[in-house]
Formats: sequence, C-alpha cells, structure tokens
Amino acid sequence: MIKIEAIIQTSKLEAVKDALHEIGVEGMTVLEVRGHGRQKGHTEFYRGREYTVDLIPKMKLETVLPDAIVEKAVQAILTAARTGKIGDGKIFLSKVDEAIRIRNDERGEGAL
Amino acid sequence: MRNWRVLGFLFALFLVSPTLLAQNASAPTGSDSARLAKLEQAAADAKSSADNAWMLTSSALVLMMTGPGLALFYGGLVRKKNVLATMVQSFAMMAVITMVWAIVSYSLAFGSGSSFIGGFHNLFLRGVGAHPDPDYAATIPLQTFMVYQLMFAIITPALITGAFAERMKFSAMLFFMVLWSLIVYSPMAHMVWGKGGLLNASLGGRFPCLDFAGGTVVHVTSGVSALVCALYLGKRVGYPKQAMTPHSVVLSFVGACLLWVGWFGFNAGSALAAGSLATSAFVATHFGAAAAVIGWSGAEWIRNGKPSALGAISGAVAGLVAITPAAGFVGPMPAIVIGLIAGAFCFFMVATVKARFGYDDSLDAFGVHGAGGTLGALLTGVFAVSAVNPIFKDAQGNPLPSGLIDGNAHQLLNQAVGVIIAWVLAIVGTLIILKIVDVTIGLRVTEDEEVQGLDLTQHGEEGYSWEVTA
Repeated sequence: MIKIEAIIQTSKLEAVKDALHEIGVEGMTVLEVRGHGRQKGHTEFYRGREYTVDLIPKMKLETVLPDAIVEKAVQAILTAARTGKIGDGKIFLSKVDEAIRIRNDERGEGAL
Repeated sequence: MRNWRVLGFLFALFLVSPTLLAQNASAPTGSDSARLAKLEQAAADAKSSADNAWMLTSSALVLMMTGPGLALFYGGLVRKKNVLATMVQSFAMMAVITMVWAIVSYSLAFGSGSSFIGGFHNLFLRGVGAHPDPDYAATIPLQTFMVYQLMFAIITPALITGAFAERMKFSAMLFFMVLWSLIVYSPMAHMVWGKGGLLNASLGGRFPCLDFAGGTVVHVTSGVSALVCALYLGKRVGYPKQAMTPHSVVLSFVGACLLWVGWFGFNAGSALAAGSLATSAFVATHFGAAAAVIGWSGAEWIRNGKPSALGAISGAVAGLVAITPAAGFVGPMPAIVIGLIAGAFCFFMVATVKARFGYDDSLDAFGVHGAGGTLGALLTGVFAVSAVNPIFKDAQGNPLPSGLIDGNAHQLLNQAVGVIIAWVLAIVGTLIILKIVDVTIGLRVTEDEEVQGLDLTQHGEEGYSWEVTA
C-alpha cells in the first residue's frame, strides 16, 4: 500500500478529483493548506502598507492505494494538475504498513 | 336683588358692545390678516419640516440598502476569494455615481427636456437649492429631492454587479457603470418620473405608466441589463460543473434584513411626503415582502423537501422588488397577492429557468430583479386603485379609476408599454456599453486571475486574513 500526498494548485482540484475517479480511485482526503516551495509569494496592501505573503493557498490531496494502481494514479494527477508554471506543486509517495477499517476491523488492502 | 344685578350687567354690556364690535370690525383688520398669513406660513413650514425630516431619513435608508445591505447580501453569496471585490463594487457606486449625478446625470434624469431625456439646465446641480419644485414635491427642498433620487441612481447599477460577479475587471466595471448611468438609467428615470417624460403618470405623459418607486426604472433596467452582461461576459471558469456555493449565507442574511428595512425608505419615501400615502406604501411593502417569503419558501419546500435560509431571504427580496412599482397604488390585500406570486415566480426563474438556459447570472440579478420587476410592473396595472392614490383625474379634478380591478383595463397596456421600453432600453444600451468597454479596456480578468480570486488580483487584499501564529 502506498500513500499519495499531492500538493496542487487550488484551481486544479476538480480536474484531479475527476481524473482519479476515472481510474477507479474510490476514496481521498482533501485539505486546504498554505505553503511554499520555489514559488514566490504575492504582495498585499493594507492602508498603503505592503505585506509579502509567502505562504500561498494550495490543496493537499491524500489517498492510500493498492500498489497496483499507484503509477496510474500518479500519471493521472500529473496530467490533470500540470499547467507548466512554477507553483504546480509536488507529489510524495510513501509506504503504508497497515490499513484498518474502523467499522469492522478489516485489515490490509481490503480496508482501502 | 340678584335679578337687578344681572339686569344692570346686561345693560352695561349693551352700552359697551357697539364699541367692541367696532373694534373688531375696523381698526385691527390688517393685523388679523397678517396673523392669519403668519399662521398659514407656520402651518406650511411645519408640514414642510415634517416632510423633509421623513425624506432625509428615507434618503439615508436607501443608501443603507446599497452599503451595507446589498454589499453584504452579494458578498456572502460569492466564494471567499471574491468577497471584498464584490462588496467594493457596490461601495464604488456610492462614490462614483454620486460624482456623475452631481455633474450631469441629475440634469439628464430630472431636468426639463424632451419626452425621453432631460436637458443640461441643471448641470453641476445649478438651480437645485432650498426651494421646492412643485412638479416633483411641493413641500421639500429640491435639494432633498435630488439627494433622495441620487440614492436610487446608486443602488440601481449596484444591483447589476450580481450578474458578472467573480469575473469582471474592476476598471471595466467602473467604466461600464458610469456609461450605464448616463445611457440607460437617466433616460428611463426621466421617462417615468421626469418633467415631460413619455411614461410619467402624474405629470401627464403620453403613456402614463404607474411606477411608484422604480419597478421599471430600477428593477427592470438593472435586471435585464444584468442578463445581457451575464450572456455577453460568459460563464465563470468551472461553471456549472464546479460547485460555487455561497461562502457565507450569514453575511447574506444580515444584508437581506438590512435591505428589507431600507426598502421602507425606498417605497414609503417615494410618496415624497410624510402623509398617509407614505403609510400606505409602507404597509404594502411590508406585506408584499412577508408574503413573498412564504411564496418562495413554500415553493422550495415542495420542490426540494426543505425550506432554506437563503431561499427565505431571496423570497423577501423578490417580494420587495415586485411590490416596488405597486406600493402607493395598492391596498394591503393585493400587496399580499403580489408578494405570494412574486416569491414563487422568482424561485421558478432562479431554480428552473436559469438551469434550463444555462446562463451564469451568478447572484440572480435577473432572476430576482428583472423577473420580479417585470411581474410587479404588470401586476400594478391590475391592482392599482384610486382609493389608495387618486393619480388619474378628470378635468374637474375628480378621481378616475387606476388599474384593472378599479375598472381601467387600459392601464395594463400602459404598464406593458413601460415594461417594453425598459427592456429595450436596457438591452440595447447595455450591449452598446459592453462593446465599448470590451474594445477599450476589456471586460474580463484573465483566467489565472479569476482562479486566484478578484480580491488579490484586483485589490491586493484578502477578506479573511490567515496567519500562522507562533
């Protein structure tokens, strides 16, 4: 089992969600987050005073998948989330030791 | 003994009385008529003060409808990245339209001119001072009338902003609104309310259209222009697939309640005096709004299984729109009928018609103001009665019937003429203005800017600050 954490542009969430549904991903968790990588922030003005905001709103999408479809899911996210500009985000993959369904104690990939 | 005393008193009175009578009859005549004139003047001053107090209050109430009323109502309905941009569009009207009004558009709307538009006699508010203009309102300073009408000129374009919310450039919006207030609002206000206007019911227009507080002038023009804007600008990025739910129905709720209260200034103030006609308009306004809440919520409850808060407040606004032309002409029971119909009808326009045709009237400016205003203007021709407001009189000054139920079926035709002129003027005028703004500065923000939100890209701010605290 692999956990995919994808940090993407807020505007690309719908497209990524759709792309994942299409290849059969059934569940996901989405968070509104703020952060930055190499992308510079933007400036805001309040009563003439300039503020630099370097933490930019992003969407973080998390999903844990059986190994077999991970690569397909990664491709789907890459295609759907890419604009080609700085700030498109990143995808992180990590191994997951166990998954447990709270409702009935089911374990492993069956619990996903 | 006692009798003698009484007789003596009567005799003395008899002797004195001729002198008393003479005093009454001759010497003090001049001073009495002067006192009478003074009394009449004092009575007129008192009435004028009372009327002026109500009209200044009404002016403030109508301004309150734009900010904060409409700003909150619309601001809550957009996504949070656009809340400030949406609110400031309304607020900008309070500043910009005021300037335009002071310089030229008051004169175009209410100065004497042709049947279609006023002249330039009142440019820079020349001649608009403390003296009343009896053609408009005999008991209040013309300046009060001017500032009261200004508040209408402010809220009308602000209503349109609901149609192009979340995607128009701020600069383009300003340019559009200045032109719109000159090309669409001023002529329409002149035709319905101005001296010599084609549709003016109280000053002998060719097609006397009953519009007490702006069903055609305010709501049809803004609502129809809104539809044209929504069609011309196109849909927001992601609409209708992506959910674009209101970010705060709470803000909208507060805004709608302020609108309801402010509308008393809008409608009852349109009596232009503090008398019983203002009361009648006040009552009709309130009953219409209340009934429309029930009309909209009832329709929604039946169709969706739940009555929503947003539905209830939208119903109130729809009812207030529809009763606007009728208040001051109809009694309380017809006001309830108008409200019930308007609530259900506007719900149908917003929930069914908009989805069927797929236009992105983002905050339903057309569905509520265009549809509700048209409906209200036509129903005014049905329910207006001379017992409430004897606006039509024969040569001897006797009241003539007003609307259909009063025995004047012909009035429906006049109402239709007013509505058609408002529709045509709004469509043609708005199309021309959009074209001008489109080729000069461009209407829409870029797709990137739209996705990022107008608050940041147009104003460099965010409505809700987000900070990481240590």
